[in-house]
Amino acid sequence: MNAIEFSKVSLKFPGSPRWAVDEVDCEIEQGKLVVILGPSGCGKTTLLKMVNRLYEPSAGTIYVNGQDIRRVQATELRQQIGYVIQQSGLFPHMTVAQNIGVVPKLLGWEKPRIQSRVDELLNLVALPPGDFRDRYPAQLSGGQQQRVGVARALAGDPQVILMDEPFGAIDAITRAALQDEILRLQQQLQKTILFVSHDVEEALRLADRILILKAGQVVQYDTPFNILTRPANQFVHELMGADDMVRQLGLLRVETAMSDAPPNYRHNGAEPTITRHDSLREALSLILRTGARRLTVLENGIAVGVLTLEHIRDSASIGVSA
Amino acid sequence: MGYILNNPAQVWELVLQHMQMTLITLAIAVLLALPLSLLIYRYRWLNVPILGTLGVFYTVPSLALIILFVPLFGLNAQSVIAAMVLYTQVILVRNLVVGLQAIPPAVMEAAKGMGMNTWQRWWQVQVPLILPVFLAGLRLSAVVAIAIATIGAKFGAGGLGTLLFDGIAQAGRYDKIWAGAIAVSILAFALNGALLALQWAVNPTRKLYKSQGKVRQHLASVTE
Repeated sequence: MNAIEFSKVSLKFPGSPRWAVDEVDCEIEQGKLVVILGPSGCGKTTLLKMVNRLYEPSAGTIYVNGQDIRRVQATELRQQIGYVIQQSGLFPHMTVAQNIGVVPKLLGWEKPRIQSRVDELLNLVALPPGDFRDRYPAQLSGGQQQRVGVARALAGDPQVILMDEPFGAIDAITRAALQDEILRLQQQLQKTILFVSHDVEEALRLADRILILKAGQVVQYDTPFNILTRPANQFVHELMGADDMVRQLGLLRVETAMSDAPPNYRHNGAEPTITRHDSLREALSLILRTGARRLTVLENGIAVGVLTLEHIRDSASIGVSA
Repeated sequence: MGYILNNPAQVWELVLQHMQMTLITLAIAVLLALPLSLLIYRYRWLNVPILGTLGVFYTVPSLALIILFVPLFGLNAQSVIAAMVLYTQVILVRNLVVGLQAIPPAVMEAAKGMGMNTWQRWWQVQVPLILPVFLAGLRLSAVVAIAIATIGAKFGAGGLGTLLFDGIAQAGRYDKIWAGAIAVSILAFALNGALLALQWAVNPTRKLYKSQGKVRQHLASVTE
């Protein structure tokens, strides 16, 4: 079942001559991270905010977990959907623990259950509860605030999480660390995440699939690999910076280019190894550094694929021919 | 001072009258200022007309304002209270609106997006955040009300103004003037102090310092 489904969704703001979101059709599978990408004013945040009914579509229907969201009370729907926004939006008069406990409290959880959930989540986002539980948002760095923001969105254990440029206002180094954190959480928790971004590298890094919007319309909805190698048109090509090959490699994961390990394949101990989530750029660097003919791709210590220079070249040349 | 000590019962009764007028005024004023502020918060364009009108009333001398209400309510405490309510509106409404508008939009959006209904957003987010600014306005209003209530004695409203006006009317009764002036000052200081303490108690930055202290203690204990 799809976690989120947009069916001919359109929205026109009163007084505006054009559609902010124009007949969007899109299905988002359970457990996937989809990045909505596009230039500012393309309608990406508007599309996101319709999912938790902060905006109501002028036409069309949105389904969350198969249910038409108009049939659910807005507050109830929102309590079931995690929400992370750009400036964290933490409540300044509440401690970190109280902030994280907001949705569980709205859901009517018992106090001890809320407390243990808060500690669990603080550990999950790598903020030791003993140090951070009783702090106020003003006593946290931007990166820490956003970690609390993520923990708060996860508190009610929602299946769907909406993130509206959550790392937009954060410095590059912290942003990279938070992106890693999101990938880790995503693998660990298998949530469906809808993530708005205007940052191509962020989209390529995080997304299982990217939804490219322009003037409220879907231009392309595909995996990062396919979008890079087979952009739907010139707009996508330019938006993605598809001509920069080394950059491209840095953004593609090993798993997109490797071939599956042949049956009975055994990893000989001398061959360098890499994981399927590493980038092709790292793989290329490893091949050049070690002079190895091929790399073994490991997942949890088991060989799942092999990667050679040819694989890397092939994945890059598709982009050139497109 | 001697007059107060010699006539404690009479002075006390005037103090009570004075306080009653002030508290009724503040209660009505807050009940009126709240919806007005929410209206301005919701419809921004109302800001200039409403606050402008209230500002104009604020410039009318208090004596004249009370006189304006006499045809409506008669020569009694009601006219005085009506004037004081109108007088304090500009202070209360302005502080409430400033407090509401100072809440970052991201905070309100988060509250809504997390599934709080209007009531929960009001009590759990907006009220605690505007409380310090609101109390500052209430404190100023209280002092203004106590001052104007003094004039109320001229209009048959009673209160500590009675002592002042009697003292002026009766030749040589400086003791009454002193007694009234001292009592009004004490009342103003007391109410001001009480509200100041309340304002301090609800201030979020105080909590911040408190918990910073805790963090420092914690750090100290770790490094030792």
